[in-house]
Amino acid sequence: MPVVEPFVRTEHCPDLPPPRGQTGIVHWIRVNLFSSPFNAVLTIASLYLVYVTVVPLFTWGVLNADWTSPNNLDRACQSEGGACWSFIIVRFNQFMYGFYPHEARWRVDTAFAILVISLAALMIERVPYKKYIGLFVIVIYPFLAYFLFLGGGVLEEVDTGQWGGLFLTLVLAVVPIAVSLPFGTLLALGRRSEMPIIRSVCICLIELPRGVPLITVLFMSSVVLPLFLPPGTYFDKVLRVLVGMSFFAAAYMAETVRGGLQAIPRGQYEAAQAMGLSYWKMMGLVILPQALKIMIPGIVSSFIGLFKDTTLVVVVGLLDMLNVITAATAHSNWLGTNIEGYVFAAFVYWVFCFSMSRYSIYLEHKLHTSH
Amino acid sequence: MANPDIQPSGASGVSEDAAIQIIGMHKWYGDFHVLKDIDLTVYRGERIVICGPSGSGKSTLIRCINRLEEHQQGQIIVENIELTNDLKGIDAIRREVGMVFQHFNLFPHLTVLENLTLAPIWVRKVAKAEAEEMAMEYLERVKIPEQALKFPGQLSGGQQQRVAIARSLCMNPRIMLFDEPTSALDPEMISEVLDVMVSLAESGMTMLCVTHEMGFARKIANRVMFMDEGEIIEQNEPEEFFNNPKSERTKLFLSQILSH
Ligand SMILES: Nc1ncnc2c1ncn2[C@@H]1O[C@H](COP(=O)(O)OP(=O)(O)O)[C@@H](O)[C@H]1O
Ligand SMILES: [Mg+2]
Repeated sequence: MPVVEPFVRTEHCPDLPPPRGQTGIVHWIRVNLFSSPFNAVLTIASLYLVYVTVVPLFTWGVLNADWTSPNNLDRACQSEGGACWSFIIVRFNQFMYGFYPHEARWRVDTAFAILVISLAALMIERVPYKKYIGLFVIVIYPFLAYFLFLGGGVLEEVDTGQWGGLFLTLVLAVVPIAVSLPFGTLLALGRRSEMPIIRSVCICLIELPRGVPLITVLFMSSVVLPLFLPPGTYFDKVLRVLVGMSFFAAAYMAETVRGGLQAIPRGQYEAAQAMGLSYWKMMGLVILPQALKIMIPGIVSSFIGLFKDTTLVVVVGLLDMLNVITAATAHSNWLGTNIEGYVFAAFVYWVFCFSMSRYSIYLEHKLHTSH
Repeated sequence: MANPDIQPSGASGVSEDAAIQIIGMHKWYGDFHVLKDIDLTVYRGERIVICGPSGSGKSTLIRCINRLEEHQQGQIIVENIELTNDLKGIDAIRREVGMVFQHFNLFPHLTVLENLTLAPIWVRKVAKAEAEEMAMEYLERVKIPEQALKFPGQLSGGQQQRVAIARSLCMNPRIMLFDEPTSALDPEMISEVLDVMVSLAESGMTMLCVTHEMGFARKIANRVMFMDEGEIIEQNEPEEFFNNPKSERTKLFLSQILSH
């Protein structure tokens, strides 16, 4: 009898490639864009829409655009049917700093660079000494920035009347938000207080600004507030606006904080009390740290809102970035450049707001996955 | 009927001094009379188990002892300090009284070790290193020193409750209150928590436990109390209480909880 060797497979059978038409770009297009007649029509319609919007925009903004930075302004922007970016290029510094003196602009740059670096250090997890960086930002930085912006002593003084552009926009957004965090928190705690007087005062301080538009608050702070001050006191216009906006921001922040506080279960308060923690220690060590995590998206979105609302200071005659741009388009050399100006302004606002909202999404995601 | 003058059973470690005295205490939630004329003396070193149907006021009673709830009439005296609106007195009492909750109530944003050292550092002003050393000792006692650097969310229910017990012990309390410490736990985790409580009882701690773990009550209680509708209906030594309940309501309650 012949010996039949039994067949034993000694290695794994390799996976077969999928049949053609199941993978690759053709497959993807078929599944995602042309899966039904209706989808096919939608796809073609969308492509057409993209074609009629993007092509002219591209022609206007890039192909036919004037990018030169001319020495002779009479010869700027001669081309037809294209954007006049020369306008932005020539006036760029003014859009950034307003009428801040040229030779002092390094002070603005320095102050913002320090702020950006410290905030980045706080946001990046690996950086050590966060406690000291945080203390620096909260305690020392405000004085440093005040000194750099306004001057005095060794630095040439710069009146706030010369402030403007993106610089002013950022000051008007950052200061009220920074002020509103502690004050909003206090208002929120006061609103939950069991003492009737404190509670009513806090409710008034929260609901009054929330019940009126920001533009009214700005009018009030620049027109009505001085009436209550003793005659002869000089109260800087930017400062008045900052007070009004901080007040407004704090009221909204208080509601954000209150929402965060409400999400903390009662058991957390009870455990902290049972351990003998005082009210302020309970809030500072147990409740607020937990509430803060919940509040971050709300804080970021009020910051975005406030950032955009800074443009309203035009009503009291301050020249933030948008208003500097609008003013510049009225100049006889640059008549007809409104569109370029607004596109540029929109782009800058969008970059800021979009990065903030991305950061907030990132934070939310991180807090969801960590403990 | 309630017998407030019952004497300590003479079991080891129970002294004649009162740790807690509650005299003619009433409490209302709005119109709802939740605690009615409570008289209770807890002697130092005594272990009392409180049982009773849901809603009978057990939690409210022990939460009045550390002022998580305010009583409206009568007196509560803890470690010779009467509970009034005086905040200093309340703080002093809270330093002497530890509490363990049904749902653990650990602080989720802090590690186990930080949960344990928070109150010693901020309330008793112990140095951080010393507080951590003490915390590790208590974690050894509840048998989870290896979890010190984890967050509460990473632990099982039984482990969380043991951390919560250790957290209370870190304040060196003279009295421990337990509010149904095992009723939120999966069955297989109940015994690890009860073991810790038994060893705590054996160390002579004054304990007030709201629980329906009758085996535990038999093992460690000097006295078992039955509450219903805001009143203390009956209290006795465990053997008498279980074998020979006096009131009809107690009998009914015991037959219900012992039948399953
Ligand atoms: N904060 C409160 N406000 C109003 N009623 C309450 C409050 N807390 C508890 N109660 C009521 O008081 C009664 C006793 O509650 P509780 O002490 O928690 O009972 P137990 O712990 O024995 O189940 C219940 O009827 C409950 O509904
Ligand atoms: Mg209860």
